[in-house]
Amino acid sequence: MLVDVHAHFYHPRTPRADWRERNVSRLTAGARIGISVHVASILGSWGLTSPIYFPSPGDVTAGNDALLALQREHPDTIRGYVCVNPNDTAHARAEIERCLGAGMIGIKLAASRRADDPLLDPIGALARERRVPVLQHIWQHRRRDWPGQEASDAIELCTLARRHPDVAFVLAHIGGGGDWRHSLHAVADVPNVCVDLSGSGVDGGMLEACLESVGVERLLWGTDLTMDTGWAKLRFLQTLLSKDEMALVRWKNAARIFPAGAFPTD
Amino acid sequence: MRVDCNAFLGAYPWRKVPGTSPDALVKALDRTQIDAAWVTHLPSLFWRDPTEGNAWLYETAHKERRLKPVPTVHPGWAQWEQVLADAANAGAPAVRCDPQYAGLDPAGGEMRVLAAACGAAGIPLLLAVRLEDGRQRHPNDRAAELPAAAVRALLRSDTDLRLIVTHADRGFIEEVHFGSTPDEARRIWWDICWVWGPPEDHLATLLNTVGVERFVFGTGQPLRLPESSVAKLDLLDLTPEKRDALESGNLKTLSASS
Repeated sequence: MLVDVHAHFYHPRTPRADWRERNVSRLTAGARIGISVHVASILGSWGLTSPIYFPSPGDVTAGNDALLALQREHPDTIRGYVCVNPNDTAHARAEIERCLGAGMIGIKLAASRRADDPLLDPIGALARERRVPVLQHIWQHRRRDWPGQEASDAIELCTLARRHPDVAFVLAHIGGGGDWRHSLHAVADVPNVCVDLSGSGVDGGMLEACLESVGVERLLWGTDLTMDTGWAKLRFLQTLLSKDEMALVRWKNAARIFPAGAFPTD
Repeated sequence: MRVDCNAFLGAYPWRKVPGTSPDALVKALDRTQIDAAWVTHLPSLFWRDPTEGNAWLYETAHKERRLKPVPTVHPGWAQWEQVLADAANAGAPAVRCDPQYAGLDPAGGEMRVLAAACGAAGIPLLLAVRLEDGRQRHPNDRAAELPAAAVRALLRSDTDLRLIVTHADRGFIEEVHFGSTPDEARRIWWDICWVWGPPEDHLATLLNTVGVERFVFGTGQPLRLPESSVAKLDLLDLTPEKRDALESGNLKTLSASS
């Protein structure tokens, strides 16, 4: 069993003419890697009609609809995070209720609002009520604002996580850019934050540092935009961990934080 | 046969990196079924005289035959030509100069003279676009990334020069390849370590558009997990012949033409 906790898909209303090929490629590569379930999100229109990280309400809904359709098309292998823009609280809460009701299993917060902003509290409260995890897009050690996103770093995520200690938060793509050591220092003593191993970064020493910081029970395997690097991390982890520990990273930790029944063998 | 043309020995100044000793590197080669690795002394890239680590590198490679020395050369230092002569005498598969770390203009006069000397000596010149993701570098690690324009300029500066460029992404490779004449493009080889696999499929695309013969297996280890480059190949649908070309055949072709 192998759960990818950080996947993305595309749909026709995005700037990408190759959206279908990318979706097929993810599923094909996933089969080769042995991925049992892709837990995915779609960030609105991926920039076609509103910015990727600041999606309009209409694009949020359209993206989530596209993911629900994919989930119906691949009921054994695709699960969804409902993506929301917390700046429109009413729409975000309604979208969470709608999509969780339709079978999605988590909430995706990208970079529409800083993670420690009070506007995220209604999302946290709903996550607690529905007992679903929140995947938060993170810029590892954001030293300045970056155009096109209101990115958060681990310290800001931890502030939110401390305000919602009963909610499982996932720090996105530790290998996805930025100083991952900064993040690992920040999350070490925040038990309701797990670290997702996805991202194109495959730095030597990063996985050892992850284990040292949060231990094997707070690591989640994922790929994001580069499945090759995800597979590489999985292969290297096998040299560091026992079979039982690998099972935690491969799927058992995910099964613990996602709703019961989210995955086939759960 | 799998040969890594992009490996390092020695400490990295900007963060703790495990596995930088020769023994550790050999264990990593075993772990990832890599038969041999072209290695550079990593600290040398950051030393004022980057050639000071070459003697140790030769000695180390002499003790461990799976390691092939790629000495560092700085064309701004007196008697740098001797580094090329030493490399040729030692059977080094390439020499390395990363102008951005040496504070050199990457397409300036010194690099062009080096390019001409490498071309005349029949020794490939190896350069890295970067060693780390720019978003995570140490605040004082301010060396610029190698510009694609500099690679094109070096290729044009000497018709005998052969380049191996590591840590390049798809956009960089396409810019140089399609911004070069066919003759120029045939004198450059790209390592695969920084090229994305699925679902973006950059590597698969490049193998189709640029050509399998232009790519070589490299990892950037121990700064990067060597498993990554192996996984990229395992996720491609390659004939055994093409896989062999990528893993070692293209490097053999490059070396045979030296």
